[in-house]
Amino acid sequence: MSFLEFSHISKAYPGVQALSDVSFSVTKGAVHGLMGENGAGKSTMIRVLSGDQHADTGDIIIDGQVQKYASTRDAFHAGVIVIHQELQLVPELTVAENLRLGRFPANAGVIQSRQMFSEVGDKLKSAGIDIDPRRKVKTLSIGERQMVEIAKAIMLDARVIALDEPTSSLSSRESEILFSLIERLRAEGKVILYISHRLDEVFRLCDSLTVLRDGKLAAHHPSLENVTREQVVAEMVGREISNVWGWRARTVGDVRLKAEGIAGEKLVQPASFEARAGEILGFFGLIGAGRSELMRLVYGADMRSGGTISVDGQAIRAVDPRQAIRAGIVLCSEDRKHDGIIQGRSLEENINISSRRHNTRFGILNPRKEAEIAETYIKKLKVRTPSRKQDILNLSGGNQQKVILGRWLSEQGVRVLIVDEPTRGIDVGAKSEIYEILYQLAEQGMAIIVVSSELPEVMGICDRILVMCGGRISAHIDRNDFSERAILAAALPDKKTPAAIAS
Amino acid sequence: MTNSFKKILLGDQGLVVIFVLAFALVSIFVPNFLTERNMLGLLQSVVTVGIVACTMMFCLAARDFDLSVGSIVAFAGMVAVMASNATGSIMIGILAALLCGGAVGLINGVVIAKFRINALITTLATMQIVRGLALIASDGRAVGINDPHFYQLALSKLLGVPTPIWVLAMLFVVFGFVLNRTVFGKNTLAIGGNPEASRLAGVNVDWTRIWIFTLQGMVCAIAGILLASRITSGQPNAAIGLELSVISACVLGGVSLAGGRAAIAGVIVGVMIMGIAENVMNLLNIPAFYQYIVRGVILLLAVLLDNLRSSALGRR
Repeated sequence: MSFLEFSHISKAYPGVQALSDVSFSVTKGAVHGLMGENGAGKSTMIRVLSGDQHADTGDIIIDGQVQKYASTRDAFHAGVIVIHQELQLVPELTVAENLRLGRFPANAGVIQSRQMFSEVGDKLKSAGIDIDPRRKVKTLSIGERQMVEIAKAIMLDARVIALDEPTSSLSSRESEILFSLIERLRAEGKVILYISHRLDEVFRLCDSLTVLRDGKLAAHHPSLENVTREQVVAEMVGREISNVWGWRARTVGDVRLKAEGIAGEKLVQPASFEARAGEILGFFGLIGAGRSELMRLVYGADMRSGGTISVDGQAIRAVDPRQAIRAGIVLCSEDRKHDGIIQGRSLEENINISSRRHNTRFGILNPRKEAEIAETYIKKLKVRTPSRKQDILNLSGGNQQKVILGRWLSEQGVRVLIVDEPTRGIDVGAKSEIYEILYQLAEQGMAIIVVSSELPEVMGICDRILVMCGGRISAHIDRNDFSERAILAAALPDKKTPAAIAS
Repeated sequence: MTNSFKKILLGDQGLVVIFVLAFALVSIFVPNFLTERNMLGLLQSVVTVGIVACTMMFCLAARDFDLSVGSIVAFAGMVAVMASNATGSIMIGILAALLCGGAVGLINGVVIAKFRINALITTLATMQIVRGLALIASDGRAVGINDPHFYQLALSKLLGVPTPIWVLAMLFVVFGFVLNRTVFGKNTLAIGGNPEASRLAGVNVDWTRIWIFTLQGMVCAIAGILLASRITSGQPNAAIGLELSVISACVLGGVSLAGGRAAIAGVIVGVMIMGIAENVMNLLNIPAFYQYIVRGVILLLAVLLDNLRSSALGRR
């Protein structure tokens, strides 16, 4: 018996048909996966469900009743709770206060703290969440905060709980706790909508699955028996992807980048390394191991306290990004939103921001040339956009990443390309496209440095891996010697065991 | 019909359309509005606000703020008058004013960009310091102009149009070009959009911000010289509250206070709407006290319109 039903949902934004005629239903007490590439319409679907956006046509039916809600508040009252990637908690308040926000147990305006803490504590305990209700939210880890969000849904007696990429910033241990909580909610008869990129998780948790592609229903599997991962990937991208990585052998040339004794605040020990022409060098490590920090020091984004850098045998100063760029070193940062895209400006401007200095006379722009460059890279990198004048904010994450790559590809004389988490939040199809771009650049003689916390990714695409741990380089492994065990052993501080992370 | 009308209003050129409609309406219904004399008077009255708005647009577009403009206008006017009185050369007076205005702007820029002090606080401080300097220099009194040629700066005409209006028009053209067609302009917008990403993309953020404030100071000096010439003296209390009129005009013209969005056409329209509102109220003999209310209401309406427009664009 279907409990939650989407019936012929369509939704258009200016220039984009985000959803067209999508229908599917979910039964009670089930975890239902919702998959699709970036821009496939998952987020729009969630927004429509949460009342944040209205569908142009179509209905949401919960327990046989057509929902006509006008705002997120109405969705709330209908028992629909969406837990977004960006969590919505007040950091300065305690867990209990967050959970009772708007509904404080009060007597003449005075909050009955003791009553609140004990009530919330009981609720948390019965849900199997082990968090002290008196702690301030800002002291909790991301994983714990997510638990609090879910606890909020439980306390509001939600009937439908949608989780948008819940594990994207969780450690594997935290994910495990989340999974057992989801299983408990399923047993209680809730409907869970689980949005994720990660096939492993979806296959492990979900009872049924819907795949969206380009705003349309690509597949609906009422049961996951006899469904293979390859099949789902093909449904997501609309074609078979035989080998995501597509690594191929290259000739490696002379040393392009030589960094010696690089020292900075977050490194416990000065770091030295080399990257050669035509080589893809991987930097692997856990979050906080110092990889991104090291790259920012090399690029001059942060102040170095020591060390020398040379490109093609020539020492360079590179104390700020401008000098690094002029010396041929460029960096695509890990935090696209904060350090990459220029919000509110067009694709064209985002691409040309650095390379335009080659096309100006006395500081005056050459609009025709800039348009040409923008069109070239939009085409080359297969950026999906209605026009080059589009605000970059309206693109999906993968397309934004391609625009940032285009920014650096349009620069002249780039010799070292550093990409930090190049495929974070990017779907499978766009991933292999980005890898292919990296291979081509390496073949043209660039030295490529890939920083990643995804082990399969670094092992899949790199020729050589440097492992970082606790602010220093802990191992150097060539492709022939790649093994998960060896890399993880070098990445882990002594107290943790590889098994805890490898899962 | 209503739908397409709504589309035009909320489109990119919505404000321009409203301006044209408003202009047509007052031309028809307000007596003496559409006369050569009144038009020139109207333009004269917006010269100071208009000139300063040119560079305020850059300031706001780079996510900064400048409260010191009114004080710089008064101070630079004083300097121009006093220096030309002392040396007997108007040229030296003008150069001294430009230099002083630029120097104040440079200090603003360096403190804000290099020492990373909030622009609002920095310019709030320089606004008071510079006003104080103007008052001290003149002992709080107006300083008369010795050389009558100085009046000619504001009084002279070219093709029947007073010089200050030509200066205003020229600055609109120049800064419109700088904003849209130069690296400096695009970098300004990029910094306003995302300062950290701009730095990492190789934009010289500090340098750009310092230049924006320095230009702002120099442009204020131009406005100050013309103002002193028009009121035939250096007034230490001139242009009080100018910063608010200028920022209002910019916001009215669609310049985003959050940075990253600005257009010269919008700023021109913003300046003109403010000017016309005042002019019409004068023609209709509405007491000055009511004009404050009308100006405030216009500003609120404009911001509301802007808000409607961004939600109509369906930003996701």
